[in-house]
Amino acid sequence: MMTSGSPAAGGSLRHAFGGVLSFFILVLIGVLAFSIRLFSVIKYESVIHEFDPYFNYRVTQFLTKKGIYDFWNWFDDRTWYPLGRVIGGTVYPGLTLTAGTMWWLANSLNIPLSVETVCVFTAPIFSAFASWAAYLLTKEVKGPGAGLTAAALLAMVPSYISRSVAGSYDNEAVAIFALVNTFYLYVKTLNTGSLFYATLNAISYFYMVCSWGGYTFIINLIPMHVLLCIVTGRYSSRLYIAYAPLVVLGTLLAALVPVVGFNAVMTSEHFASFLVFIILHVVALVHYIKGILSPRMFKVAVTLVLSVGIVLCFAAVAILIAVVAASPTKGWSGRSLSLLDPTYASKYIPIIASVSEHQPPTWPSYFMDINVLAFLVPAGIIACFLPLSDASSFAVLYIVTSVYFSGVMVRLMLVLAPAACIMSGIALSEAFGALTGSIKFQLLASSDPQDNAGDATPVSVLPENGKAKIDKAEETTKERGPSKKNKKKEKDVVEKASVSHRPENRRAEKKLRALPIESSVMGILLLVLLGAFYVIHCVWAAAEAYSAPSIVLTSRTHDGLHVFDDFREAYAWLSHNTEVDDKVASCYRRQQYLEQHTYCNCWYAMSSPEKAAWEIFNSLDVKYVFVIFGGLVGYPSDDINKFLWMVRIGGGVFPHIKEPDYLRDGNYRIDSMATPTMLNSLMYKLSYYRFVETDGKGFDRVRRTEIGKKNFKLTHFEEVFTTHHWMVRIYKLKTPRNRIRGKAKKSKSKATTSSGSTISPKTKKNPWQ
Amino acid sequence: MTRSDAQALIRSLRSAYAATPKNLKIIDLYLAFSVSSALIQVIYMAMVGSFPFNSFLSGVLSCVGTAVLAVCLRIQLNKENKEFKDLAPERAFADFVLCNLVLHLVIINFLG
Repeated sequence: MMTSGSPAAGGSLRHAFGGVLSFFILVLIGVLAFSIRLFSVIKYESVIHEFDPYFNYRVTQFLTKKGIYDFWNWFDDRTWYPLGRVIGGTVYPGLTLTAGTMWWLANSLNIPLSVETVCVFTAPIFSAFASWAAYLLTKEVKGPGAGLTAAALLAMVPSYISRSVAGSYDNEAVAIFALVNTFYLYVKTLNTGSLFYATLNAISYFYMVCSWGGYTFIINLIPMHVLLCIVTGRYSSRLYIAYAPLVVLGTLLAALVPVVGFNAVMTSEHFASFLVFIILHVVALVHYIKGILSPRMFKVAVTLVLSVGIVLCFAAVAILIAVVAASPTKGWSGRSLSLLDPTYASKYIPIIASVSEHQPPTWPSYFMDINVLAFLVPAGIIACFLPLSDASSFAVLYIVTSVYFSGVMVRLMLVLAPAACIMSGIALSEAFGALTGSIKFQLLASSDPQDNAGDATPVSVLPENGKAKIDKAEETTKERGPSKKNKKKEKDVVEKASVSHRPENRRAEKKLRALPIESSVMGILLLVLLGAFYVIHCVWAAAEAYSAPSIVLTSRTHDGLHVFDDFREAYAWLSHNTEVDDKVASCYRRQQYLEQHTYCNCWYAMSSPEKAAWEIFNSLDVKYVFVIFGGLVGYPSDDINKFLWMVRIGGGVFPHIKEPDYLRDGNYRIDSMATPTMLNSLMYKLSYYRFVETDGKGFDRVRRTEIGKKNFKLTHFEEVFTTHHWMVRIYKLKTPRNRIRGKAKKSKSKATTSSGSTISPKTKKNPWQ
Repeated sequence: MTRSDAQALIRSLRSAYAATPKNLKIIDLYLAFSVSSALIQVIYMAMVGSFPFNSFLSGVLSCVGTAVLAVCLRIQLNKENKEFKDLAPERAFADFVLCNLVLHLVIINFLG
């Protein structure tokens, strides 16, 4: 808040007024962040979306019913059937513990909220907290004006909304708040050098480790920043206080979380922090010795240490390299390796590569997800350099690394969002400051005739407009405002350098820095227009693109809104017609409502012929098979389209599934040119059984061809339910026949075990053909 | 690199260190105790093996942690540090105690 030229009392009143205004603005930002995420609740109902949130909801239910000790020791035999999953040891507990605590708190105050309500609304509440944390962080970097702008931007940014909409009960909902909070406390400790904030920083880091696997980003970014500060000569004792307690406390706290455990000291993801810890201690020692010795003695000490120390250093580094090289992946986990080398997952771990969120983003998705911020960020980076402080160098490092990682995986656009908001907040705030400052200066100068505030745009300074453009070319023809601003910024740097040793030129400098009043006003109007476009885009993205609960599909035809409620139809049939303990097999995660059933993902079974698949399912005690089929209505993300991933993943585990067997000329085809392996596979048969009856020709609307094999019967499965638009098809495994005609001997006629015995020993066929 | 140079270096180090105030020397003594305690634990682990690993980790990290916190306290109490000249020594000590409390709470939990 600028208080230029006012008396002291007026200044403090203005400060107080500014403080109250900031408080109300922050409250409004919190309300905005909360309400913009409620579209799906208003349009449909308060439900949990997608599969992962549903799994987290189940875990939270267990926690609220059984208590925390049973939660830590829970072994769940219903997920990852038939293996089961050790929940206490493999789940990041932060989210579930947070929601459980909120539920317990509400209930102990006699506010009867159900667990589902708490889970659905956890994400919007924590996004409000995240906005406030972004305000605090940006305030530390640049000032309260930038802080408010950054908070407002983060409340609305579409990329964050997409993962924290009401009903999306996933780790990122609380993890982004923990991330921004940890960064805020780190920067605060760096700025003040207070051990109290260092303690809070470590505790916030602990909360981040509990919440999300992305905590490795923090424990690598902060050492990188410390190293940057040391290398650029910005070592200070505040840096030591900010970093060293964090490493020790942080490692201990991370080791407390069962998911991480001893990985906190043994995996390569944490080695950077230890290495920088050692380097920092060396630098601190050198700094201390330099302080107590005279310069000549210090030179002597340096030569002595170097000659002895280099030998020791080489030995230590050689040992370290030998230890790390002995492990096959050099100590890095698969997830981190796939981040550093984007092609790693597609070569070695197809199940990671198959998730659509792990693909690199397309260029338009940047504009969709962070919109206007994409070109405000470079302006913010330049603003961070004028002047450069520890905190602003941290912000620059944060944005650069998060841009790299967002280019590797779409899912990490989420980590880019807070960085982009901080940078854009700084850019917008600086721009507004410059423009309003010139207006104020021009108004003052015009009321004082001795000071002729002349034209302030010397043509001698050519702007290097490359990166520093606040680009509004698509909106208006009046380009003069922004380009003048760029000239002013370049001029600023030049002027500051040249007039720094002539303090009497301050008035002249102010005169030169001021823009003509018309261009300032126009600039402000254009910036406000930019903000308006951003808001419109964010609200549209929240309402249309990111609020679909993915259970109910809608489409607009010329005669109005058409609703495809097939999924819920299928789930209702299942819940009414099957037993609680029946096992249902399906591909990919469609099992939001199958809480009574266990689900088994049988990639390889779907690629096999009917009989072999029946045997696999029977051995796992599966009774029903659940297939998503979009060919009748044109729903593109059905199981046949995901089939190629099933074959790849299955082929990775079972080598007799060969991908080329299913390809014709390198393409997956289901028409008459398809390979026999494809036409015989269970996937094809279960999707297209009786499909010919719909229109006589069997035209698949998604693949846009007629199917290859049209009339066939199923021998080992029977169709029990198909929904209205044929989107979900449920099949039941037929029990093996009591009497096998012709082939088997008498003793086998009562066989009720697996039908493997029907293959007579003489004609042993290859089961995969 | 002559012997007299080395002797001169050691003498000047000693004289410079003797000039530090008493409270800082006490902190340095505590620092030396922590670090040597950590070293003893590491040597013991090398002799006997690292099972149970969590106990070893918590023991070593508690010594290292108290050493680091002592260094932080020393930085904040040192009169020659211009950055901290308006920090009251009581406040510095209170922060030190708080951080140690958190550290030892975690240690006791992790000790197993």
